[in-house]
Amino acid sequence: MNEDGKKKVWCDYQKEIAPDHYYYARSCIRQNFFPGSEETFLKIVGEVLGKDIYDDPHQTTCTGIAYHSAAIPMETTMTVVARQFSLMNEAGYKNFIPSCVTSFGIYTEMMEVWEHFPETLEKTREQLRNATGRTFRLPENLVHTSDIIYHFKNEIAAKAMYRLVNKRTGKPLRGVEHIGCHYAKIFPVKGLGGAEFPCVLSGMIEAWGGEVIDYPERRHCCGFGFRNYVIKENRGYPLSNTKRKFDSMEPYQPDFVVTNCPGCTFFMDRWQYVIAEMEGKTYGANGMGIPVLTYEELAGLVLGFDPWSMGMQLHQVSVEPLLEKMGILYDQTKKYLGANGEALGRPELPERLKVYENDHPC
Amino acid sequence: MNLKDQLKNDVRFVEGLKACINCGICTAVCPAAQFYDYDPRRIITTVQKGNEDEIRALLTGDTIWYCGECLSCKTRCPRDNTPGYVVQALRNLSIQSGLYTQSERGRQQIKVKRQVGDRMLAYGYCVYIDEIDTKEHPEQGPVWDWYRKNAQSILTRLGANYHGEGAGTLRRISDADMEELRNIFKETGAIKRFEHIEKACHE
Ligand code: SF4
Ligand code: SF4
Repeated sequence: MNEDGKKKVWCDYQKEIAPDHYYYARSCIRQNFFPGSEETFLKIVGEVLGKDIYDDPHQTTCTGIAYHSAAIPMETTMTVVARQFSLMNEAGYKNFIPSCVTSFGIYTEMMEVWEHFPETLEKTREQLRNATGRTFRLPENLVHTSDIIYHFKNEIAAKAMYRLVNKRTGKPLRGVEHIGCHYAKIFPVKGLGGAEFPCVLSGMIEAWGGEVIDYPERRHCCGFGFRNYVIKENRGYPLSNTKRKFDSMEPYQPDFVVTNCPGCTFFMDRWQYVIAEMEGKTYGANGMGIPVLTYEELAGLVLGFDPWSMGMQLHQVSVEPLLEKMGILYDQTKKYLGANGEALGRPELPERLKVYENDHPC
Repeated sequence: MNLKDQLKNDVRFVEGLKACINCGICTAVCPAAQFYDYDPRRIITTVQKGNEDEIRALLTGDTIWYCGECLSCKTRCPRDNTPGYVVQALRNLSIQSGLYTQSERGRQQIKVKRQVGDRMLAYGYCVYIDEIDTKEHPEQGPVWDWYRKNAQSILTRLGANYHGEGAGTLRRISDADMEELRNIFKETGAIKRFEHIEKACHE
């Protein structure tokens, strides 16, 4: 195949990522469940990479969970999305980067609807004007926040203090990556590598010295299912989905799982706890779980950030087995301290899932 | 207007149903089909046929509420249909027409409204730590109780701006911004939908 033809074939699997000047759109779930991750991202992009990134106090939810739970009409989501874009315009930015895969899907879907059905764009403009007096222009570049980390993965590797390599054996650590359904399944051309060769997380793992595990249920949904999780009686659905994934990855003995979407991180961490408590089944070594990380946490560890300052003590599955393998120097006595160094007690121990404590699982 | 025509007013229906060849690929990849008595191919066949009674049966039944909206079906359909979008349109019509109250799964909508809808209007976030406890969410585990008990100190340590003014993680969203959000909900019919759901629940 000639060079041009080759380029054409692969262009669907690439996408443009703006090199600087980002408008940051926060995630409801990431802020609540992994509250250190977004600060870690801002620090990596702003301080480590020296890029301009704006954290706007005026933004709100994108309504994604409500939209996918049929709680609100589509027009509400379109108009909230339009307001977020209006805020970006007002702040003088053109590159919109949402910190959530559901949000990424929402923004991309609404822009496509406006393109395919121009009358909906007119209606959104009118509804936004009526409700807020605002107007808006579309972003010039819209990518997920993990795309930014991917884009600068080699710069991060060059500044790395630690690598995804087992310090004792010298072998690459083996990671499972979970990119989340709405990253590339709705709009494959908007995801790095498309739906066939998604590389946003695998690219990071490999750039930082690790090895990616391919396992049968790699692309299976974590099972969030929106209303299938929000409503307590339906939660068997996400639990069963996640269990299917862990049963499938178990024989490959992953050292860690890294996820793209904050919802997936939450489920893959917490359902391991639930499976352990309900069935006594654990997937990690010594009765513990497999550590599940946000990609911000993974990048932060590689760069030498303190795990407890990134909030990794808020995971239910202990992360120490990974820290040990990477040879990270961390202070276990600081894990459960507060802002002023005060002792905050410690979480109760689960009945069955082992928690890493004082150099051994208990 | 008959139900099929009402569906055609929803862009998700237009986008989601081109022409189905009944291949069943969507069902093969569908996680909801693995765990529930749920078959996206059958839903698509029903709406494509356009029989009013069968569409009404979908709107009054549990089936449409099983979909997880993962959109795995969108990637794989060889004819560019999206069963997940069609389900969104069906759910929307079920709620608009009030038919959702006839199924157990449909009636769960009151819980969605109170949990996600009310929280967005109170905080500007879909979820907010202050409202999530391990009684309703036992899967959060003991670490969540510890986190909530010490939220202010832990979040300050992590550089968050919990309940604070200005930017930052878990900041309080200002009254002016909340006012804009609520106005959008009013203008676009979300408030009306919430009121209808509450009213139907009391009846
Ligand atoms: S969006 Fe719904 S129908 Fe489509 S694959 Fe996911 S669960 Fe199945
Ligand atoms: S994959 Fe597409 S064409 Fe095949 S049954 Fe499903 S909707 Fe119809």
